[in-house]
Amino acid sequence: MGKLKAALVAATLALGTTAAQAEEPAKFGFVYVSPIGDAGYTYQHDLGRKAIEEKYGDKIKVSFVESVAEGPDSERVIMNYAKSGYKAVFATSFGYMNPTLKVAKKFPKVAFEHATGYKRAANVNTYLARFYEGRYLVGLVAGKMTKSNVIGYVAAFPIPEVVRGINAFTQGIRAVNPDAQVRVIWTNSWFDPGKEREAADTLIGQGADVLNMHADSPATIQAAEDAGVYAIGYNSDLSKFGPKAHLTASVTNWAPYYVKRVEEVMNGTWKGNQDTWDGLKEDMVQVAPFNDAVPQDVRDLVEKAKADIIAGTLHPFAGPVKDNEGKERIPAGSTMSDGDMLGFNWYVEGVVGKLPN
Amino acid sequence: MIRLEPRLAPSRTMVYGAPLLAVVLTLITGAALFSALGYNPLQSLYLFFIQPISDSYGITELLLKATPLTLCAVGLAVGFRGNVWNIGAEGQLTMGAITAGAIAVTWHDSTSSLMIPIMIVAGLAGGMAWAAIPALLKTRFHANEILTSLMLTYVATFFLGYLVNGPLRDPEGFNFPESRMFGDAALLPMLVEESRLHIGALIALFVVILGWVMMARTLIGFQVKVVGLTPLAAHYAGFSPKKVVWMSLLLGGALAGLAGMFEVAGPIGQLQPVISPGYGFTAIIVAFLGRLHPIGILLAALLVALSYLGGETVQMELSLPLAVTGVFQGMLLFFLLACDVLINYRLSIGFKGKTA
Repeated sequence: MGKLKAALVAATLALGTTAAQAEEPAKFGFVYVSPIGDAGYTYQHDLGRKAIEEKYGDKIKVSFVESVAEGPDSERVIMNYAKSGYKAVFATSFGYMNPTLKVAKKFPKVAFEHATGYKRAANVNTYLARFYEGRYLVGLVAGKMTKSNVIGYVAAFPIPEVVRGINAFTQGIRAVNPDAQVRVIWTNSWFDPGKEREAADTLIGQGADVLNMHADSPATIQAAEDAGVYAIGYNSDLSKFGPKAHLTASVTNWAPYYVKRVEEVMNGTWKGNQDTWDGLKEDMVQVAPFNDAVPQDVRDLVEKAKADIIAGTLHPFAGPVKDNEGKERIPAGSTMSDGDMLGFNWYVEGVVGKLPN
Repeated sequence: MIRLEPRLAPSRTMVYGAPLLAVVLTLITGAALFSALGYNPLQSLYLFFIQPISDSYGITELLLKATPLTLCAVGLAVGFRGNVWNIGAEGQLTMGAITAGAIAVTWHDSTSSLMIPIMIVAGLAGGMAWAAIPALLKTRFHANEILTSLMLTYVATFFLGYLVNGPLRDPEGFNFPESRMFGDAALLPMLVEESRLHIGALIALFVVILGWVMMARTLIGFQVKVVGLTPLAAHYAGFSPKKVVWMSLLLGGALAGLAGMFEVAGPIGQLQPVISPGYGFTAIIVAFLGRLHPIGILLAALLVALSYLGGETVQMELSLPLAVTGVFQGMLLFFLLACDVLINYRLSIGFKGKTA
């Protein structure tokens, strides 16, 4: 018994010393919705996390919890960060919105950053990338490269963010190829390689010769590679999953935003109640290197459009834009407002089918 | 040399000792695993099993996580005893959440104190109705309840998806698929201030005791066990297997539905496309880990809940991969099943009869 006690005391002491080192580094926590893996949405956030680590080294401690279910589990993880003296918590999925706000209320001194949401507070910021700008650019490539004029899209959930991506992509396609149509299959999951593969195979069976996706696994790219058709990646450069199929990708780059926010927290200038929606201009959205199959004139077209979007002379949703039932939604001479884009619930002309409701 | 010798009678000690032995073996193997990964094994085990419940907040979180697991598992265990294999607690939980949640969303500005009782009844009824379908198909058409209850889970999930994308969607939610937040009258009262532990946990404890009394002391409990163990004897005794099918499925469904109601009216506070991170399925493991006995189930639910909490802590503190949680749960089950051998067999060491 005495020995056991001694061992326990020693163990407790050992723990005590690790916990109470003289100069505690500032702690930052990340909550991820899926496994980090080697590509995709969470992977890009993790690159941002690594950029912070690289910049600040021993001055900070950055930790993460992956595959946290949206809902009560996420509230516990966020709460545990806040309770253990973390300076800031980055909650990287939409479903963490209400849990983040609930915890933020109890910890007014902790900085909370929520990706893709719309509710803010004195200590809660939201941030989002203008993914749609990248979608428009890769749409130009898809419109030029398709021969069958059928383009497939594997999509996760019918929420505005995803619908906006489908629409921007379609606008890009139709800008260069008014005859092409986009077919969408929903998987109702952010990460389900099996379902994504099935959806991609079905779209190929329906004649699609270019695929795009809004999901977190590279299954769509792999399906295209196996079937000998083209595909366009999302979030990460996915060329390693389909060297022949992968034309390009719209890539998200969170690193500058994360570095900026961490810096603010460190020097005490961080403020809440801010919304960030950055795009090509701020380098939060990028286009991945092109496949050799993409001809020079298409590359030039993309570069030109990119420069125009950055300059503000081109907008993916500049009127006139009709919905896919023929009704004019954006009149000529005006562009869609950010608020309308945030609530997108209709398909533009060129998308086949009805939005599930 | 180590050999297994059959025992004359199952060992009473081992019935209770085997799970403890399994836990100890899991801890030892876990420690070895942690050191193989290059972490201090004592510190890692501390972070996994002690740190998450080292303060009162942690304990409330543990109880909160164990509540739906306990409710679902107690209901399922009754069926498993009677050879009724309800695999669809997840779907029944979802339906309970839907029926209760629909009431909360429809009367979102109500301040009536009747909201919670009505939602509880709705949750029970929703889960029960969903479980009645496999019961009917089984008793009328001999359809296998494993398949029907499992498949109905997906139907329930899609139905929930339809509701939060359509009729029950938050009108001010920018078309995101979730309902509005419930009003205060539709949220469960808290057991502990500044925590998320709601009165559902207390009700779950009550259900455990009721379940125990039912299985140990009532005629229906006895019938379930006889039908499960020896269908022929049950037939001669005049016990109706159909009655057992109906009773177990309805009870399992009702308790799963209650668990769903507790989730939406407790920690979630709204309807979302996904209500449960697999509680209905994990409850099957919990039921067997707890020996299909309500008290055992309560302990098993706490242990499994702790493994989730601990998995998060070691990720946060040591950056260990999430897979560690799965490995621990797997090892626990593996050792439990392996140790079960000791109930009917004993280890005999040495060369019996040869050395003399």
